[in-house]
Amino acid sequence: MNPGIVSNLWLLPAVPFAAAVVILSLGKSRHKSAAVLAIGGQIVVLAISIVAFLPTLQTHGFRAVQNFTWFTFGEQTLRLGFVLDPLAAAMLVMISLVGLCIFVFSVGYMADDKNFTRFFAYLSFFSGAMLGVVIANSLLLLFMFWELVGLASYLLIGFWIERPSAAAAAKKAFITTRIGDMGFFLGMLWLYNRSGTLLFYDGGRGCLEGAGLALLGASATFIALLIFCGAVGKSGQFPLHVWLPDAMEGPTPVSALIHAATMVAAGVFLVARVYPLFSLGAINGVTSSLTVVVWIGVTTALMAALIAIAQADIKRILAYSTVSQLGLMMVSLGVGGVAAGIMHLIAHGFFKALLFLGSGSVIHGCHGEQDIRKMGGLRRLMPVTFGTYAIGMMALSGVPLFFSGGWTKEEILHATAHWPRSHAPYYLMLAGVVLTALYMTRQMIYVFFGNPRSAAEHAHESPRVMTMPLIVLAIGTVFLSFVLTSAWPWLHGYLTGEPVHFAIAHLIQPMLFISLLLVGSGIALGIWFYREAGAQNRDRPAEVDPLEYAQPALFRFLANKMWIDELYARTIIAFAWASARLSDWMDRYFWDGLVRGFGAIGQLFGIFTADVDERGINAGVDETTVGARGLGRLLSSAHSGQIQIYLGVVAVGMLALLLLYAWLA
Amino acid sequence: MTPTLQAFIIVSAALFSIGLLAALSRRHAIFILIGIEMMLAAANLNFIAFWRFAPPPHPPTGVMIAIFSIAISAAEAAVGLAMVIAVYRHYRTTNVDQYDQLKG
Repeated sequence: MNPGIVSNLWLLPAVPFAAAVVILSLGKSRHKSAAVLAIGGQIVVLAISIVAFLPTLQTHGFRAVQNFTWFTFGEQTLRLGFVLDPLAAAMLVMISLVGLCIFVFSVGYMADDKNFTRFFAYLSFFSGAMLGVVIANSLLLLFMFWELVGLASYLLIGFWIERPSAAAAAKKAFITTRIGDMGFFLGMLWLYNRSGTLLFYDGGRGCLEGAGLALLGASATFIALLIFCGAVGKSGQFPLHVWLPDAMEGPTPVSALIHAATMVAAGVFLVARVYPLFSLGAINGVTSSLTVVVWIGVTTALMAALIAIAQADIKRILAYSTVSQLGLMMVSLGVGGVAAGIMHLIAHGFFKALLFLGSGSVIHGCHGEQDIRKMGGLRRLMPVTFGTYAIGMMALSGVPLFFSGGWTKEEILHATAHWPRSHAPYYLMLAGVVLTALYMTRQMIYVFFGNPRSAAEHAHESPRVMTMPLIVLAIGTVFLSFVLTSAWPWLHGYLTGEPVHFAIAHLIQPMLFISLLLVGSGIALGIWFYREAGAQNRDRPAEVDPLEYAQPALFRFLANKMWIDELYARTIIAFAWASARLSDWMDRYFWDGLVRGFGAIGQLFGIFTADVDERGINAGVDETTVGARGLGRLLSSAHSGQIQIYLGVVAVGMLALLLLYAWLA
Repeated sequence: MTPTLQAFIIVSAALFSIGLLAALSRRHAIFILIGIEMMLAAANLNFIAFWRFAPPPHPPTGVMIAIFSIAISAAEAAVGLAMVIAVYRHYRTTNVDQYDQLKG
């Protein structure tokens, strides 16, 4: 037990944030110190993660929390906190290790970029935010880091700001995820309204613990679905998946870090973290919110796998494969296989980072070319990249035994098969496995086999700093498979807190043969179908895809991503434009007209009062003064200044008074 | 034959009227002052006459007032003459028709 570690967890986000700030303040030319700082920060983070990981190994169901008061308003106290449990610890190690590999890889990949330091600052910032998401013990704190992750992804996708497409992709990512975050935020408010706390674990009073959950009642379903909206946005689930493939505009290490290994995992992680909300009141492990999760996941997984078959951009294929795999994880969570989903998340983090970095190495070797139809034959020119890429490809396809993805995929299939509500997801997932093997085989054949085509003729193996991370990730991918096997499901036991026994007999299961058969048929189908892809074949030109040749309409449908972007452009975006235009018109003519009308009335009134003032009041005053002056002039004529006249008047007056007196008497 | 009250009053009224006429009609400032003195004399004569013909006993009130009045008129004449000289210095004339700066 090491209870001290949880009080030091705040270092995890703080160290990379500090590194980012220092790198930014260093200035543009300090490439070396930027790389050293960022990688050093990441090593520190990895060390802390491992230190945090160790105590969780010793106790089953380990959970340590540290909560603190953020601020108090009135009677209420808003508390935040950090939590360390197997879920968080496993994610921490995965993120920091994969992150470290990607940081090192970036040193080589971004070597010639003039904004090298900015890139590392953003990477560090991203890493800190992602670690914050994992260790947050409060939905609010999680949401804050969640938004920081969104900001970091915006900055990194739009890193090459001089490209309009990158700027557009960054905006698209930010706005699309924001739609989901809106739901997340509403769900959070609702949760706070019902339970009065946003802490996950708080000694029995947290919103994920018995007493807190009991307060929720029927609203838990809606809260869970609203929070799931956020996960849909971040994890690129249908219908908000459209941003993820476009996000490939960012530099390839970014794609590896954000759009494969970590950020998109945040959505899956979120669902796993608040899983008690989803499963509240479950009958036989089924709730309506979990059913929604399953079907969203199934739709996403299949749709993205289909689209991936017809893409020509090496990174886009991987992007759709990520979308598809995330869908698979969602299915797993939805059917109750939380541990399976998280295991796949961790395994996927390794092999997808490996694949993305491998594709980065390929792109680097082909001088920036991303179109797989222009590559080919790289097997001989880039042997290290080829070997590691093949390991990643087999892990992704789900080849059993030595590749981590195979075991986790199998575990997911296992969980899906036992879902009481319907068997459809299971069969659809089996189809997904075939499709995954198919599109990965297609990609392998296009990129690494056949004869070198235009972009591949002068290809060269990448420098050591780029191949080393590939090797480390490949070893990680293979190594992980040993703790994932059904014979010794150590990671499963670690996550669920169940004791694990080594039993070689469990290795042989019917499921293993089914998946072996499926993966084998997928790869075989791919090899047979694409064996001469990229080369001239009878009357099919070299640049035409075999599927395009065989089924042009289907291929066009898939190559255009099922026209979902276009559908959104015609409906939601068109609606937004129309309403914007309507508001503009209303503003210009209606509200402005109203304001102007009032203005005109005011002006008229002003003219009227001015007139009254000028003609009535002023003229009245003028007339009065003229009258007063006339009267004054008249009266002043009596003042002749002649003293004798005054005296005479006095005498006449006195005489008149005397006469009056005499007459009255 | 002893003189009667009427005779005194008639003389006094005549004296007053002559003084008033002088004050109103003469143009020379000195003559106006003389007219005013005449009106004062007429008033004094009235005081003495009414005192003399009043029923007994005879406290010397009328005489006293006449004496006061003479004293005041002497002072008034002195002030009046001084003013005439001052005004003359300003206007270079004693003709009151031309003292018209108070005209409205």
